[in-house]
Amino acid sequence: METKSISTKDIIKEENLVYKKTSLLTDKALSYCPGCGHGVVHRLIAEVIDEMGIQADTIGIAPVGCSVLAYDFLNIDMQQAAHGRAPALATGIKRCWPDKFVFTYQGDGDLAAIGTAETIHTCNRGENITIIFINNGIYGMTGGQMAPTTLPGMRSSTTPYGRDVALMGNPLNITELVAMLPGTYFVARHSVHTPLNVRKAKKAMRMAFENQKLKKGVSFIEFVSNCNSGWKMTPNQANKWMEENMFPFYPLGDIKVNGELVKKNEETKP
Amino acid sequence: MGQVKLMKGNEAFAEAVIRAGADAYFGYPITPQSEVMEYLAAQEPHKRTGMVLLQAESEIAAINMVYGAAGTGKRALTSSSSPGISLKQEGISYLTGAELPCLILNVMRGGPGLGTIGPSQSDYFQATKGGGHGDYHVIVLAPSSVQEMADFAKLGFELAFKYRNPVMILSDGAIGQMMEKVELFEQQPRLTSFDQSWVTTGKTPDREKNVITSLDLDPSRMERHNQKLQAKFQKMRENEVRFEKIECDDAEYLLIAYGSCARICQKTVKLARQKGIKLGLLRPITLFPFPAEPIDKIADTIKGILTVELSAGQMVEDVRLAVNGKVKVAFHGRMGGITPSPDEVLAVLEKQFLNA
Repeated sequence: METKSISTKDIIKEENLVYKKTSLLTDKALSYCPGCGHGVVHRLIAEVIDEMGIQADTIGIAPVGCSVLAYDFLNIDMQQAAHGRAPALATGIKRCWPDKFVFTYQGDGDLAAIGTAETIHTCNRGENITIIFINNGIYGMTGGQMAPTTLPGMRSSTTPYGRDVALMGNPLNITELVAMLPGTYFVARHSVHTPLNVRKAKKAMRMAFENQKLKKGVSFIEFVSNCNSGWKMTPNQANKWMEENMFPFYPLGDIKVNGELVKKNEETKP
Repeated sequence: MGQVKLMKGNEAFAEAVIRAGADAYFGYPITPQSEVMEYLAAQEPHKRTGMVLLQAESEIAAINMVYGAAGTGKRALTSSSSPGISLKQEGISYLTGAELPCLILNVMRGGPGLGTIGPSQSDYFQATKGGGHGDYHVIVLAPSSVQEMADFAKLGFELAFKYRNPVMILSDGAIGQMMEKVELFEQQPRLTSFDQSWVTTGKTPDREKNVITSLDLDPSRMERHNQKLQAKFQKMRENEVRFEKIECDDAEYLLIAYGSCARICQKTVKLARQKGIKLGLLRPITLFPFPAEPIDKIADTIKGILTVELSAGQMVEDVRLAVNGKVKVAFHGRMGGITPSPDEVLAVLEKQFLNA
């Protein structure tokens, strides 16, 4: 039987094109596990920088963790930070280049454990940067150990019988914490596990970068993400588990907008 | 002739970094070097030259702010004292691995631990042998006067950018706190252009993206990177050795000391010569690269060496390696913030070499 090779030109006509690779993502294959949220968040960053036309004025900071190689996937100038220190690097850059766009990309261990001091003080000083925080409740890169955001009872390689808060302490909800600080201007929590959530997240991402022009403080977005490898689930199971367990503890939505805390639960009136 | 002032060592350094055209200082208070940030704050360097000054939440944050600024090609610096420098070592390792230029001042105090606030030279090993994890060196300059506290600020930045490597000024509590006459060099312009072959100031269409990192998970590439760093350190050894010889031409005995100890030993040389002892002083100015060759050479013509340090004996190991058994190398050290007197050093010399 004769086979005919087809090229992309045969099936994708310009008028039918609804989705294509963003120019600011490199051709390097992502090192993330299938189903992981990192790749989608990378894409949102690339799209926003591309749409704003700020590639020549943007410097990103990669953390230690699964996204340590973020600079391989994003076609922008980047610096790789020591574990937890990304906000300090960002401060150093932004203070020297107040009109550039500077963002950090950090996981939960990086931002909410080893880098807590840098996170709190950078937010409190009101550095005009964007902080992107990926919270999957686990140390993915090192093999699934307990993170500062690991839920009570949640299993990890260092809490094989579940996180016992009496012994191991409570999960740290650092996003609500930084929202309390006067130096944060925009704080929100999103996810990228459904198309609807991706669209909402994209809007927030755009705002988090646009805000840097205002010079009014930190824009901080937490992405509640799965870690299906670390959680030892399929991607679908992991997303379902995330909705059922992570979202109640880390509720999605705006927490602080234009420097004002968003009021919640007003429906409790009789 | 430049402006002449009476200043503390720490203040002279602070004034000199502004004049050297520094772009950013990030620091955290610690005795005995807090005058550096205090002087800078009083000077309002953002008004004088546009220089950034920021008090960080910790020494760790400060060195990482330096990393961020240095990664954009800026002249960035930090200062601290021994316990604070220990905290910065992680950052210094990363800076060296990522080949970033910066200036670090260590006004040494006694240790270990919180130790004391008095002068000490017990961070010699940490400063010259790497200090953090990995195979690396930083260039180490050891000022022995307030004048050199000022001059090395400028020289330090020059060397840091020449090699794209951190430079440490290894001072001590005595040099930092004492007041002396200092001639200040003229204001240098701040940088206006940045080497686009490596800086991260934003990817422009005319070049590839730049990445500042010390990471490479490919072992063969990582080994090559290490070999490149080692070749750089070898170039420093070949080109940057600095030292001073005092009364060495006819010397039969030699003191080797740096920093505040060298100042004490200068007096010992005078006292010895008054007694007819032909004593000289060799003062290493760069501790890395160490003046091993000059010491090896002078060892051929003398009868004995006394190394004097404010430590339990750290630089003396490098002196002994340089001399390689040719002559006896004795050691005298004081610790815990105590400095020896010139007479005390002379007495040790006489006991060790002249059977006095």
